[in-house]
Amino acid sequence: MLTKQQIAQRIARELKDGYYVNLGIGIPTLVANYVPEGINVTLQSENGLLGMGPFPTEEEIDADLINAGKQTVTTLPGSSFFDSATSFAMIRSGRVDLTVLGAMEVNDNGDIANWKIPGKMVKGMGGAMDLVASAKNIIVAMQHTNRDGESKLLQKLTLPVTGLGCVKKVVTDLCVMEVTERGFELKELAPGVTIEQVKTATEGRLIIEGEIPEILF
Amino acid sequence: MKKVVANASEAVKDIQDGMTLMLGGFGLCGIPENCITALVSLGVKNLTCISNNAGVDDFGIGLMLKGRQVKKMISSYVGENAEFERQLLSGELEVELLPQGTLAERCRAAGAGIPAFFTPAGYGTEVAEGKETREFDGKQYIMEKAFNSDYAIVKAWKGDTDGNLIFKATARNFNPMMAMAGKITIAEVEELVPAGELDPNFIHTPGIFINKIFQGVDYEKRIEQRTIR
Repeated sequence: MLTKQQIAQRIARELKDGYYVNLGIGIPTLVANYVPEGINVTLQSENGLLGMGPFPTEEEIDADLINAGKQTVTTLPGSSFFDSATSFAMIRSGRVDLTVLGAMEVNDNGDIANWKIPGKMVKGMGGAMDLVASAKNIIVAMQHTNRDGESKLLQKLTLPVTGLGCVKKVVTDLCVMEVTERGFELKELAPGVTIEQVKTATEGRLIIEGEIPEILF
Repeated sequence: MKKVVANASEAVKDIQDGMTLMLGGFGLCGIPENCITALVSLGVKNLTCISNNAGVDDFGIGLMLKGRQVKKMISSYVGENAEFERQLLSGELEVELLPQGTLAERCRAAGAGIPAFFTPAGYGTEVAEGKETREFDGKQYIMEKAFNSDYAIVKAWKGDTDGNLIFKATARNFNPMMAMAGKITIAEVEELVPAGELDPNFIHTPGIFINKIFQGVDYEKRIEQRTIR
């Protein structure tokens, strides 16, 4: 099984030199810690920063410089600031190469639910609906099952949808899967995880073809 | 027209019960702190507030919620705020949640003389309910309308006596679009200078959009997530 850090580390291998990337809150944020050597990516923070740098030192803290998770951050050489309309112009016009998001549920058509649990306090979708409606490449980082052990990879979403047919790849604690027209195609297994485990934990249509390699770290 | 007013109380004094206000800021970053304090003192009620977030319990729009001044919030992300949650669950407060980019663009459209636009964000979701949808080049979009607001209240870093504004870092966020979108726009700035002192090359919001401007005092600039390396 993969730890949260290993899920992030595996997703980081999807990065290509020159990519503009938007990372969601939670596991996706950790992807920034594993950018492969020799590859330069530019992080977009939808509150109005392109070229997001690491957290500041105590001396560098600036209340006017935060990321979309409201954490204090820094700039890097080449960074730029802009307003929220410009930020979502970048997103909707498809200029962000990769979006990494967390999810509560994904179905085998690539629909995603990650903003609302009916009956519980609703916090809102923030920028997630804009991102999933337009991003060319969306990877979901999440646990394969919920706290009750139920599959989060479904045939039909049970929660309110955030966006339709948008998820391209899912990396969970158990495996890497691609969303295809035929359903979730198993591509890689986490160390120590069997195909049977993935089958049991996946409620949606699952495709297993050929030899499935193990994710190496 | 003279745009400079003495302080926040003077800037907000004509705001009345039942009005719709836009308030700039993302989280607590770039919020019009002085005007929020003045609105709490003014005690206006039944307000509709358009703002990306709703502040925290004891700061930002949270202060107005505490005084039961807000009838409706239009936001993209709320709920850093226990009083907000209580009022929402008890039905005292109405909330309309919108995708963040849609919220920004509805402000921008209002300031740009565009009544409506089509966006893919929210297609097929609850957000699309009751809205016109249309297909362009094989992709589905929903129609969103420009906001209509009585006042826009924004916070800038520097401003001049003609109303020209410069924002700092990510405190810019929703402020420039909202500044363009109010029937009346109030700008509070950390530093107010005579016209001519700001380089015209670096103005973010031209003064034509601003009706009232003043230099704020005692900025707290509270940080929500203080993260260091």
